[in-house]
Amino acid sequence: MTGFLALEDGTVFRGESVGAEGFAFGEAVFTTAMTGYQEVVTDPSYAEQVVCFTAPMVGNYGVASERCESARPHARAVVMREARGPAWTDWLHEHGLVALSGIDTRSLVVHLRQAGAMRAIAVAGDASVEEALTAVREQPSMAGRALAAAVSTQEPYVFSDAGVARIAVVDYGCKRSILDRLAWAGAAVTVYPHDADPDELVRFEGVLLSNGPGDPEPLAAEAETVRALLGRVPLLGICLGHQLLALATGHETFKLPFGHRGANHPVLDKRSNRVLVTSQNHGFAVAPSAAVEATHVSLYDGTVEGLDFPELRARSVQFHPEARPGPHDAWPLLSSWVGEVRLAEAA
Amino acid sequence: MPKRRDLRSVCLIGSGPIVIGQACEFDYAGCQALKVLREDGFRTVVVNSNPATIMTDPGFADRTYLEPLDLEGVADVLGRERPDALLPTMGGQTALNIGLELAEAGVLDALGIELIGAPAEVIRRAEDREQFRETVRATGLKVPESLVVTSLVDVPEDLSFPVILRPAFTLGGHGGGTAHSRKQLETLLDRALRESPVRQVLVEESLLGWDEFELEVIRDRNDNVVVVCSIENLDPMGVHTGDSVTVAPQMTLSDEAYQELRDAAATIVRAVGVECGGSNIQFARDRETGDVRVIEMNPRVSRSSALASKATGYPIAKVAAKLAVGYTLDEIPNDLTRTTPASFEPTLDYVVVKVPRFAFEKFPGADTTLGTQMKSVGEAMGIGRTFTEAFLKALRSRELDAGAVTPWASLDELPEGLHPWFRAELERLRIGPMQLEDLVADDWLRLKRLGFSDADIAAACGTTEEVARSKRWEWGVRPSYRRVDSCAAEVEASSNYFYSTWGEADEEPPSGGSVVILGSGPNRIGQGIEFDYCCVHAAQSFRALGYQAVMVNCNPETVSTDYDTSDRLYFEPLCAEEVLEICRRERPEGVVIQFGGQTPLKLARAIEAGGFRILGTPFEAVDLAEDRERFAALCGELGIEVPAWGMADSPEGAVEVAERVGYPVLVRPSYVLGGRSMRVCYDAEAVREAAAPHGGQGSLLVDRFLENAIELDVDALCDGRATYVGAVMQHVEEAGIHSGDSSCVLPAPSLTKNEHAQVVGVVERLGPALGVVGLLNVQLALADGRLFVLEANPRASRTVPFASKATGVNLVQAACRLAAGETLSELNLPRWQPPSQISVKAAVLPFARFPGADPVLGPEMRSTGEVMASASDLPTAFAKAERAAGRRLPSSGTAFLSVRDEDKQAVVPVAGALAVLGFKLLATAGTARVLAANGLAVDYVRKVTEESSGPTVVDLIRRGRCDLVVNTPQGSGARTDGYLIREAALVARVPCVTTISGAAAAVEAIAHARDEVALSLQERIDAHARSA
Repeated sequence: MTGFLALEDGTVFRGESVGAEGFAFGEAVFTTAMTGYQEVVTDPSYAEQVVCFTAPMVGNYGVASERCESARPHARAVVMREARGPAWTDWLHEHGLVALSGIDTRSLVVHLRQAGAMRAIAVAGDASVEEALTAVREQPSMAGRALAAAVSTQEPYVFSDAGVARIAVVDYGCKRSILDRLAWAGAAVTVYPHDADPDELVRFEGVLLSNGPGDPEPLAAEAETVRALLGRVPLLGICLGHQLLALATGHETFKLPFGHRGANHPVLDKRSNRVLVTSQNHGFAVAPSAAVEATHVSLYDGTVEGLDFPELRARSVQFHPEARPGPHDAWPLLSSWVGEVRLAEAA
Repeated sequence: MPKRRDLRSVCLIGSGPIVIGQACEFDYAGCQALKVLREDGFRTVVVNSNPATIMTDPGFADRTYLEPLDLEGVADVLGRERPDALLPTMGGQTALNIGLELAEAGVLDALGIELIGAPAEVIRRAEDREQFRETVRATGLKVPESLVVTSLVDVPEDLSFPVILRPAFTLGGHGGGTAHSRKQLETLLDRALRESPVRQVLVEESLLGWDEFELEVIRDRNDNVVVVCSIENLDPMGVHTGDSVTVAPQMTLSDEAYQELRDAAATIVRAVGVECGGSNIQFARDRETGDVRVIEMNPRVSRSSALASKATGYPIAKVAAKLAVGYTLDEIPNDLTRTTPASFEPTLDYVVVKVPRFAFEKFPGADTTLGTQMKSVGEAMGIGRTFTEAFLKALRSRELDAGAVTPWASLDELPEGLHPWFRAELERLRIGPMQLEDLVADDWLRLKRLGFSDADIAAACGTTEEVARSKRWEWGVRPSYRRVDSCAAEVEASSNYFYSTWGEADEEPPSGGSVVILGSGPNRIGQGIEFDYCCVHAAQSFRALGYQAVMVNCNPETVSTDYDTSDRLYFEPLCAEEVLEICRRERPEGVVIQFGGQTPLKLARAIEAGGFRILGTPFEAVDLAEDRERFAALCGELGIEVPAWGMADSPEGAVEVAERVGYPVLVRPSYVLGGRSMRVCYDAEAVREAAAPHGGQGSLLVDRFLENAIELDVDALCDGRATYVGAVMQHVEEAGIHSGDSSCVLPAPSLTKNEHAQVVGVVERLGPALGVVGLLNVQLALADGRLFVLEANPRASRTVPFASKATGVNLVQAACRLAAGETLSELNLPRWQPPSQISVKAAVLPFARFPGADPVLGPEMRSTGEVMASASDLPTAFAKAERAAGRRLPSSGTAFLSVRDEDKQAVVPVAGALAVLGFKLLATAGTARVLAANGLAVDYVRKVTEESSGPTVVDLIRRGRCDLVVNTPQGSGARTDGYLIREAALVARVPCVTTISGAAAAVEAIAHARDEVALSLQERIDAHARSA
């Protein structure tokens, strides 16, 4: 079956449908990670997005349930130059994901790089391009969209109950690997919904503000919660959690032209002058800042990749220390935080 | 941290002659390093014995020494130049070993020179098997179970097989092997111990059937680590990675599995302590359990890092050189994007496949099984948007000769243990017969996207490539060109590095005014780095002339495929299809075919038929020179003699021709070039034998073979009217030895002034008559005062770099200007005059890699590389060249002689000279009789096949009782004894000379070589220019 991807500016890319039938709307974005397709598609931060893989071939090593970053796929559709099956394409089918193969992904990426991420529709099967475009243009833009509520857990739950430090994770769309890494570092982890009560959270020895989809700006209540937590409990923000901490401390966030998504992004730790090769997935970023708390900076565009407020016992990173997919360079960030939180409590 | 201020000058060691396991990749690395070091204001000194390298060009370093790469040679240069630092990580194992030797011998300390890139203790930790294993184990990672053995007694009785043997400190696993039984182990261990300079061999757990991966890692002094590229081998563990088909990025590992390897690579590079450079780390991984073993690491740039650089666009050597002088990764810009730093990991939106190029047909009798010892002589790389596209491109880039013996000959012979993913991909490439008329645009696109060439499709349709191509064009199916940019288009990159694919948008169409230079493809015997040297110079020359230089090549090792070399690089197979499509895109001013060896010449007809202009020598001249009938007729008209010859269709016909032209004759199939299947025959029986395998398959060429002739090689320039003779070189070995395997001397020592003028006269007549515009190589023989032309090649020859370096005249640059329309008089080249020094070029032969093949020189070329040495007299230059080629001549000891009957008289003066020099003489019966009859004291030793008591000559050689072996093979048959002698010498590393003329030159060199101060190329050229 043929299919196509139509962008809001009228650009159309044709390919072959290898997933579910039908169509899907979303913001067209691309990731340059060469491995970890299943992790990407199930990462809640990809909610409401059509993900294009720049990797030349996708699906080579099949699928495995332990590679899911959440209970279900969150990306709306998948666009590939060459999909490899059957395990991967069957999985896409079973999970109802529209997926296109044989797309000129490089041209799509060049276009998104130049014109910016934009609304798109992925269509499996024959449909009128005109109608599809009309429908795309009626969709909301990613800027200004609050998506955390839709992907967050509704009820608190205990992820791991035994540990040396009790950590609360605020789930804005949390990847399972964050929880795994915390537990691996010896934390007892409880997960709270995006709108958790700060007074309940402060009873923990540390609070992790998770990653998540969408624009941080409309998440006023969530930012307010973060502000309420500041100074009362050690905080660690990741990705959207980083942006919320930034907003709570007076930094600005903005929409990147086409985002940072991949597993090869260099981030400079200004304090040690060391470079981390990081896993990234964000369409919004914290504006460049010369402030002392801006500890990490993207070597691609100077956006703030890390904040540290030692007085407030709060810090955050824009990239994904839990990796999955991507390099493990920043794993120690999570484990050392768990260690610090525990020591602070013991002291 | 910025550049170190305490260093002002850096000496770089090259890798020497091209050998199996060390090829052009180190010229590429060295050139990149020299370029950035000079840009940074360092004074640079380079030592490399290989004249065909770009890095040894006078303009590439401040001082260039074409000196032997041994402790003494490099120490001499260091003593003279006193650099602040020595960079040993750009010249492969050779440079690394010398760096370590210099450190251990105290030379560096005495001269106050710092080893940069990899300090001595890092080299030891990575290269000494024992230390490396301990280092890895200490990190918690696993190495294959193994033990280090220095003799057979170290091997425990209860060892379980199979086991792998790896000698320490050898090139490309040289001397290793897999033993399946104790008996086999004993044989292999003996050889392996001998191969290891430290007599240390690792006997280890066999990981046969495991998957193999390589990671290219870079670390800086701030402890930043990046993995530039992952490479997966299709041939499983047990096959040397240089002989494996490999793919980048890795295709079959999940993220968690890949990250495990990445973590391990970073851990190892830190543990070993590489802190300013690149390393290559090899892993084995059990496909089922995910168990990982660390196999080895190279703390330097390597063949794999060259491949990784070409595969990703990340210039590893350039970055490594900058790190070595103090920079950190975040301070170095990414060359392709210019806006982002080198502290990132390239991401690929295409697939790269590398295939090895073998030359087994050159070594009859050699074992063709692949194992831990590398046997391939070159490699080709294909880039495509999918695995199959890249794979098929790489496969056809090999340019296999008809009848070539090679792994991966077809899809029906896939290696055992191939990963199911690759097997499934390759299964998609099975296509049945098709009808050309049935194919519509969509079918064409589908087939092209799978990677099939026009020729493949034509074969499936039972038609010709040309017919298939025009059909494709009718359907409007054309390739598009995409950029290699290191970042999958995430960052804007002004990269000039392209590959083709199908059914996609085109990037950055060219603006015209270009010259397309066709490269020489994968290294093979007879066509190697010399032609890459020429192509690189052509690119530089056309750029200087104001053209856009466009390079087409598919060899990932080379300088020509460095995107810095040209204005645009197309990494594509050198086949008619790809070249025509590139020409169609470029609309060039012209196509240059005379610098890439035979490869571009084969495409000349198609290029002209396609309506594109060939710059310089037209195809007609090529045809005229290659067509025997036409060429002989032309020579006749010009009054130039050629050896008597004739064609035959059968063995009997060949005998008839032989009887007519007179014995001895040279017999060969007419369709084969480069000396393949060529035999010298002394009688009818031999002719029948030589002709038999080809009976009925095309015609045979029978030439009168000129015995006792002086063979000459001439490189000249011609503008269509006038001719400039750039160099007249004389071969040391007599006619009958392939010119590529013969040592060669410039200026020709045996020519009288009159003979020299005669040679020049012949070449001056030939050039314009052939219609040459550019380079011309002529091979001549002088026999009994008569001058014969053996062949003319209207293109750059193998000797061009040597001749250019010996004379100081850049022949390629001149040829490019001629091709662009200038005349010789406009070039104003210096008038020929003998250079101030004698230069000798010596060939390096790979016999040690091919046990079972007779290590003897003959009409078929078998050398992989060459060295150059210059001195004020011939003996000194010759001795130095032999030393540089790894055959240091003995100054005393025992000389063993055993020659064929035809040489029995000629060997007497050679033996006499050896005796005068104090050598003890040893000979087999026949030779001993002749020597004794001539009054020489000689000991008799029996041949292996002679029934008698006492040790045989082979026993003595093995026991190290001979220091020099002179053994010329019998004209026909009865090779067994000679073969055993030569093989024993090869294994025992005793210099073995297989021609009388070679022996005479060696003896002359032993007698008269002197110690001489090494002069740099720049000094020699200056001195020559002053005297002019």
